Amino acid sequence: MAMPVSGVPTETVGGPRQWGGSAQLPAGRAFARVGRAVRSNRKATIGTILLVIFILIALFPWVIARDSPTQDAYTPQLGISTAHLLGTNHYGQDLFSQLVWGTRNVLIIAFAVGLAATGIAVLIGIAAAYLGGIWDNSLNVLTDVLLVIPLFPLLIIIAAYARGGTTLVLITAITLTSWSYTARQLRSQALTLRDRDFLEAARVRGERKLYIIVVEVIPTMTSLIVASFLTNALYAVLFASSLQFIGLGDPNTVSWGTTLYWAQNNAALQTGEPLWAIAPGACIAVLGAGFALLNYAFDEIGNPALRPVRKVRQMKGTEQRV
Amino acid sequence: MRYALRRLGFFVVTLWVALTLNFLLPRLMPGNPALAMLTKFRDLSATPQTLHALEILFGVNSQQSLLSQYGSYLGHILTGNLGISLSEYPTPVTTVIGSAIWWTLGLVGVATILAFILGTGLGIVSAWRRGSKLDSIVPPTFVITSAIPYFWVAMVLVLIFGLTLHWFPSQGGYYVTTDTPGLNFTFFQDVINHAFLPAVSLLITTIGTWILTMRNTMITTLAEDYVRMARAKGLPGRRIMFDYAARNAILPNLTGFAMSLGFVVSGAILIEYVFNYPGVGYMLLQAVSGEDYPLMQGLFLLITVAVLFAILVADLLTALLDPRTRTAR
Repeated sequence: MAMPVSGVPTETVGGPRQWGGSAQLPAGRAFARVGRAVRSNRKATIGTILLVIFILIALFPWVIARDSPTQDAYTPQLGISTAHLLGTNHYGQDLFSQLVWGTRNVLIIAFAVGLAATGIAVLIGIAAAYLGGIWDNSLNVLTDVLLVIPLFPLLIIIAAYARGGTTLVLITAITLTSWSYTARQLRSQALTLRDRDFLEAARVRGERKLYIIVVEVIPTMTSLIVASFLTNALYAVLFASSLQFIGLGDPNTVSWGTTLYWAQNNAALQTGEPLWAIAPGACIAVLGAGFALLNYAFDEIGNPALRPVRKVRQMKGTEQRV
Repeated sequence: MRYALRRLGFFVVTLWVALTLNFLLPRLMPGNPALAMLTKFRDLSATPQTLHALEILFGVNSQQSLLSQYGSYLGHILTGNLGISLSEYPTPVTTVIGSAIWWTLGLVGVATILAFILGTGLGIVSAWRRGSKLDSIVPPTFVITSAIPYFWVAMVLVLIFGLTLHWFPSQGGYYVTTDTPGLNFTFFQDVINHAFLPAVSLLITTIGTWILTMRNTMITTLAEDYVRMARAKGLPGRRIMFDYAARNAILPNLTGFAMSLGFVVSGAILIEYVFNYPGVGYMLLQAVSGEDYPLMQGLFLLITVAVLFAILVADLLTALLDPRTRTAR
């Protein structure tokens, strides 16, 4: 899987010449600036480290957790010990193991939704801005409507009618409902690009619209597309975990949200097993923070006005995020 | 005026989409899940009229075409007929919802207004003192809190202040066994006590958005020429901060306020769930687990209408405050 956020910093932006809206800059300088920005930005560094750790855990859970996450193999309600780092729960399952193995489910959902929703957002946002006219109007209404309908209650309804969401149901439902915010941002940036000279040149050369969008427009928006991916992935983590927590996921999947569901079902807080409920929630919070920090850092990189003071420089044509 | 009409039109369109989604969802799902529910209604020996209304609501056993089903569905909804609740049979859905709505309005209303005022204030100061200690701590902190799941904050607060320190009650809206609802001081105090932790949870999780959007727009505004002009004139800093910069920067924050109401609502649902707070969010989840689909649909519609209405108000307020929107486009 291509994971734009976990790679070497210089690769995260897709390539040299293509830094958000600053097409005038000479290739080498823009390239160097981006690399420097990601490395020197502490938020980006912390976010990347957090994500890499979680991805490694999701790929190789058995390295640090030997116990089965589902087997009721131990004495229930054991405290913290070297054998059970976070103790065992009401059913005698090893909690640490459950969290380690549960990482995979949440990351699959995050990346699947992140990629799919960003794909839809790019398609709709850029099509609206570039095609203009009636296309722009109708796609705009669609985006705005989805933007204001409260998504979480909608997801609850969908999951309820689907009689509990398997991972696939969760991914589909969250993807279809949550692309609108990023589509709107992408559209605004694409609008500022529409009348640029390099696009005009491509039109004069007689390039096809599809070619212009794919080869000329999309690469200049890489920073915002990566930011969109991060936003959507963060939503996916929070929405999916919340749905699993309230019992609308599949209660048999191993995931943080499901662990929370069983903890809540057994009143873990009230019966002296607080770790059962607090630990998976903390995992969600840390993973979410990783996505959010990276996202904020990309915001700072893409929008120079927000950078820490000493680096402020006025630049035209950068996107505005509201 | 044109702007206001456009926003009103958008409100109507969005409402229509929400109604249509509500209509289509049960019909799109494989093996219409409402069928099982209708059997339960029959076991409760519901009257034929009630059953018929429910069949229209969910498209079961109906010989009508989809279009005429849609027509009668819209008719029922627009006349305020949301059906009969299954779990509270035979109480109409509207009555059931009415008992929960005040709890949520009070809780979410107070917490949101506080979060908006505090968050915007912090955002203004943070942008004004760019690079100060405050500005280097506040934004990153709240980037992180905005990623924390609402229910987790609620759980931590329950654990610390409810179960360990016993400072505040952590379950329900009031002491059901010892207190009777009424207009007296003890009940009032009881309600405040119970609402404290849920309100703080909501405040912590939503305040970050206000701080960050306000700070970021404020920074853009501070670079404007009229702010530089004000500085050149030698106006006092406080006056520039509030009368020149913040006054203009607050408008996007107002729109953002409306936009993120959806998130506040979803936060409230989960927080009510953790606290067993007797509001609409908790009721929605009860309805889901009890397969009480009429109640569930009614609550979804209510939440959607409330959010859309708040957005409409914010839009109109923006138009009133910002002359540019009135002439734009």
